[in-house]
Amino acid sequence: MAIPLAYNVRSLRVRWTSTVVAVLGITGTVGVFIAMLALAKGFRATLVSSGSPQNAIVRRAGATSEMESAVTTDQVHVIEDMPGVARKGAEPLVSPESVVVAAFPLKATGTDANVQVRGVSPQVLDVREQVKIVAGRFFRPGLDELVVGRNVARTYAGFDLGNTVKFGGGTWTVVGVFDAGGSAFDSELWADSEVVKQVYKRPLNVYQSVTVRLTSAGAYPAFKDAITSDPRVTLQVDRETEYYEKQSRAFTRLVTFLGVLVGGVMSIGAIIAALNTMYSAVAERAREIATMRAVGFGAGSVVASFTFEALCIAFIGGLLGCIAVLPLNGLTTGTMNWQTFSHLAFAFRVTPALLIGGVIFALAMGVAGGVPPAIRAARARIAVALREL
Amino acid sequence: MVRVDGRGTGLVHVRGLDKKYQRGSEEIHVLQGLNLDVDASDFVAFMGPSGSGKTTLLNLLGGIDLPSAGSITVAGDEITHMSSSKLTAWRARHVGFIFQMYNLIPVLTAFQNVELPLLLTKLSKDERRKHVETALGIVGLADRMNHYPRQLSGGQEQRVGIARAIVADPTFLLCDEPTGDLDRKSADEVMDLLGRLVREHHKTVLLVTHDPVAAERAQTVLHLNKGVLVEGRVAEVR
Amino acid sequence: MKYRHLIFANLFRKKIRTTLTLGSFAVALFLFGLLAVVRGAFNQGLEVAGANRLVVVNKVSIIQPLPISYMDKIGRIPGVTLVTHANWFGGVYQDERNFFPQFAIQDETYRQMFPEFIVPADQWNAFIGDRQGAIVGEDLVKRFHWKVGDRVPIKGTIFPGTWEFNIDGIYKGSRPQDDTTQFWFRYKYLEERENPYWKGLIGWYTVRIDNPDNATRVAAAIDDTFANSPWETKTETEKAFAAGFVKQAGNIEFLLLSIGGVVFFTLLLVTGNTMAIAVRERMRELAVLKAVGFSDGFVLSLVLGESLLLAAIGGGLGLALCKLFTLRGDPTGGLLPYFYLALPALILGLLAALAVGLAAGILPAWSAMRLRVVDALRRV
Repeated sequence: MAIPLAYNVRSLRVRWTSTVVAVLGITGTVGVFIAMLALAKGFRATLVSSGSPQNAIVRRAGATSEMESAVTTDQVHVIEDMPGVARKGAEPLVSPESVVVAAFPLKATGTDANVQVRGVSPQVLDVREQVKIVAGRFFRPGLDELVVGRNVARTYAGFDLGNTVKFGGGTWTVVGVFDAGGSAFDSELWADSEVVKQVYKRPLNVYQSVTVRLTSAGAYPAFKDAITSDPRVTLQVDRETEYYEKQSRAFTRLVTFLGVLVGGVMSIGAIIAALNTMYSAVAERAREIATMRAVGFGAGSVVASFTFEALCIAFIGGLLGCIAVLPLNGLTTGTMNWQTFSHLAFAFRVTPALLIGGVIFALAMGVAGGVPPAIRAARARIAVALREL
Repeated sequence: MVRVDGRGTGLVHVRGLDKKYQRGSEEIHVLQGLNLDVDASDFVAFMGPSGSGKTTLLNLLGGIDLPSAGSITVAGDEITHMSSSKLTAWRARHVGFIFQMYNLIPVLTAFQNVELPLLLTKLSKDERRKHVETALGIVGLADRMNHYPRQLSGGQEQRVGIARAIVADPTFLLCDEPTGDLDRKSADEVMDLLGRLVREHHKTVLLVTHDPVAAERAQTVLHLNKGVLVEGRVAEVR
Repeated sequence: MKYRHLIFANLFRKKIRTTLTLGSFAVALFLFGLLAVVRGAFNQGLEVAGANRLVVVNKVSIIQPLPISYMDKIGRIPGVTLVTHANWFGGVYQDERNFFPQFAIQDETYRQMFPEFIVPADQWNAFIGDRQGAIVGEDLVKRFHWKVGDRVPIKGTIFPGTWEFNIDGIYKGSRPQDDTTQFWFRYKYLEERENPYWKGLIGWYTVRIDNPDNATRVAAAIDDTFANSPWETKTETEKAFAAGFVKQAGNIEFLLLSIGGVVFFTLLLVTGNTMAIAVRERMRELAVLKAVGFSDGFVLSLVLGESLLLAAIGGGLGLALCKLFTLRGDPTGGLLPYFYLALPALILGLLAALAVGLAAGILPAWSAMRLRVVDALRRV
C-alpha cells in the first residue's frame, strides 16, 4: 500500500522555496530546448513547403543552387516536350526563371538585407498552384511591374501596394501581393523574367532554372529519366520539395545542434537542481521517513513516494516550460539563406509533438533527479534515523 | 508472567540475544546472551543507565534492527531470520511504536497521522475512519482530529502518537522513553493511558524509561545490566 | 589563511551537496563559454575586419560582378594606397558537403592587402610562377590531409568543368580568429577558361586607405566615380560589410543573451537556495563559534568565503571543460569555422561566476552574522 500522495504534495508546499527553484530549473531547460527546436522546425517548414511534390525543378548539371545554374532557351524547349509535363490546353506548364538578389533596408534594423528577386514566366501561377494573389493583381508581361510575397511588405520598408521601388538600375511598381502559404516565396519579389534579365544585363536566352508542373507526382521518375538520358542536354532534375529540403539542411542542422547541445547541458543543470532539492528534502525529513518505515511501509513505498515528488516537480516544470514557449508559435523572424544569399522570413513552429517531447524530457529529468535521493531515503537505517535531531 | 532466566514460553520469546556494533575502532558488545519471556497483557518497564542498550533491545524486538546472534519469536513468528520485506509486513501487523519525540508527520493532520498504519491493511475508507475515531477516542483527542501537530501541545502530540500505535491493533506496543519530553502532568496522563490500555484493553506494553516515576506504573521492572536483564521490583499496576 | 580548514571542513561535510553545487556552477559556466563561442563565431568577420580596408561591390546586387578596368581608376583616388580584387569560385571538392570558400585572386596585391595571413616566401614564389597554383589555409590542410605538392581537382559550378590545382603553399593566420579555411588560386587561370560572359569581370575589390578616419570620404569618392555607369558600386568599410551579414543572420545576440539570462538566473536560484539550506542546518555550530568568541564579521566572511570558493572552483571547471570542448574544433563540419573561446570571455565568465557566488551567499551569510547565540542554542 502506498504512502499517501497528500504527504508528498503537502511536503512540496511546505518547502516551497526549494520546490520553486527545482521547478524553474526544469522550466528553463524545457523552454529553451523547445524554443530552439521550434526555430529549426520553422525554418525547415518554410523551405519544405516551398516545394510541391508535383513540381520538378531543372537546372544545369553540377550546379549546387539556382544561382550557379544556366539553362538556355533551346534546352527549355527540350524540357517542354518531355513526358509528364502538365498542360493547360496546348501550353506546357513550365516557368523558366532567373534569380537575382537586391538589397533593401530591413524595417527592424534599418540595415540592408538581400532580397531574392525571381524573374518568372507569366504562367507561374499555374505552375505553382499554392501561390495566390491576395491583393492587387498579377504583373503584365513586358512591364516593370512587381508582385511581392506577403512577408516582404512586413519585413522591408516601402513595399506597399502602388509604391515604386528602384533597384537594378530600373524603377518598378508594386502591383500585387501574393500569398505562398508560408514558404520561401513569401520573402521574394516576382517580376517578368525577360524584364529582369534586361535590367540586369543578363544574356536574354539564358535562364537559371526551369520549374515544371507534372501531370502528377507519380510522373516524376519518367520525367527525370527522360531528361537525364537525353544526349542533347546536360541537366539535373530534382523534385521541388527535395530541392528546398536540401537548402534547409545547413541552417536546420546548425540550430538543431545548438538546441540539443544547449538543452542537453541545461538539463544537467536542471537535474542537479532537482537532486539538490530532493536530497535536502530527504535529509530534512529523515525522521518522518524512518517513522513511516517503523510503522510498516516498505522500502519500495518510500522510493515510490519520493520519486513521485520529483516527478511532480518535473511535470509542473515541463508544463510551465511549454506554456512559456507557446507565445513564440507563429512569431516571425528572419535569417540569411546561405544557398540563395538572400533574406528569408520564417516563423517559429511549436508543434504538439515538440510540446509532448518537452514534457517527457522534463519527466526524464525528474526521474534522474528523484530516484537517487529516493533510494537513499529507503536505505537509511531506521534505528539511526529515528534518533536524528 | 515475565521471565528473564531463559525458561518459560511467552508471547514474546527471546533467547541468547547478542548485539555488537562498531564505534570507531572499538567493538561494543551491548547485549550479551539476553533472555526474555513476556506474556500477553504484561506491562514491562526496562530501565538502565545511559548507553546500556535499552533502546537497542526495543529496536530489536520491534524488527527495526537485527541482532548479531540469538533468536526473537513473537506470537510464534521467528523474526531474526526474516527477509527485509517480510519483516516490514510483520512489523505493520504486530508492532505499535511510541517514540520519545512523538515523530508525527508535520504536514498531516492528527487523523491522517493515526490513519497511516491502516493504509497498510485492506480496510475500506469507512472502516479505517471508524478505527481512527475509536483510537483517538481512547486517547481522549476525538475533538482534535483535524488539527496539525503544530497546533497541539506536547502531551497531546504524544497521545496522537499512542493512538497511531494502537489503531491497527498490534500484538504489542514498544515505547521508547514516551514521557521523556513531557512535563510532569502530561507524563502522568500518558502513563495513565498506557495503564488503561493494559487493564481495560488487554494490550501488551514494553516500555523503556529512565524515569522511575514512570517505571513504577509498570507491573514488572527489569534492569539492563552488562548486556542482560535482571529483575527489579514487581509492583501492582495502578 | 589559518581558517582555511574550517571552510574546507564545512564543504566536505555534505559531499553530495557540495558536488552538486559545484556541478551547477560548472554547467552554467560551460554554457556561458559555449554562448561566447557561438557569438564569437558569428562576429568573426567583424573582429578580423581591417580598420583601414574598404570593400567595393556592385551596387545593384552583391552577386553581380564589376569590370576589371575599375582597378586603375580606384587606385588613383586620393587616400587609396592599394587595390586588389577577387572572384568567388564556388566549386565543389569531391562532395557538396565539403564546403570551403575558393577565391581567384589578383596575386601580389592580395598578399599585401591581407598581412594577417602569413605565407612563407618560397611557397608564395612558387605560387606566382605556377599557372594552376593554389595557396590553401591551415584548416583545410588539417581537414583534407593535403600537403604541398598535391594536385587537387575541383568541379566548377559557376565556371563549369573540372579545374585542377597544385598546392604550392599553406597560409597561417597571425591571430586565433583569422579564417584559415580559404583556397586561393590565380585570377589569370580563371581568365583563361571562363566563358565570354565573364570576360573582364571580377567579383569585388578590396581597397586599402591611408587613414581609417578617411573611410567615409574615400568610400563616397569611389562610389561617385562610378555613379550612373552600367556598373555602379557600393563601397563600405570591411567591418560594416561583415556587420551587414551578421545582421542578416538574424537577431543572434538577442537569442544568446536570452538563453544566457535564463541560465544564470536559474543558477543563482539553485545555489542561493542550497546555501541557505546549508546555513540553516549549521545554525548551532555557528552560534557556538560566536559563543566562543569569534566575531560577527568572521562568521559573515566564513559563509561568504565558502560560497565564493564553490563559485570559483565550479566556474573554473566549467570554463575549462568548455575550452577543452572547443579545442576539438568546429563540431558542425564547416558551419562555424571559428570555434574558439577567447581569453576575455574566460575572464568575464569567471567574474560572472564569482558574482553569482557572492549574490547567492550574501543573504545566508547575513543571517548567519545576525544570529543571536541564545536563540540558536536553544533550538533543538
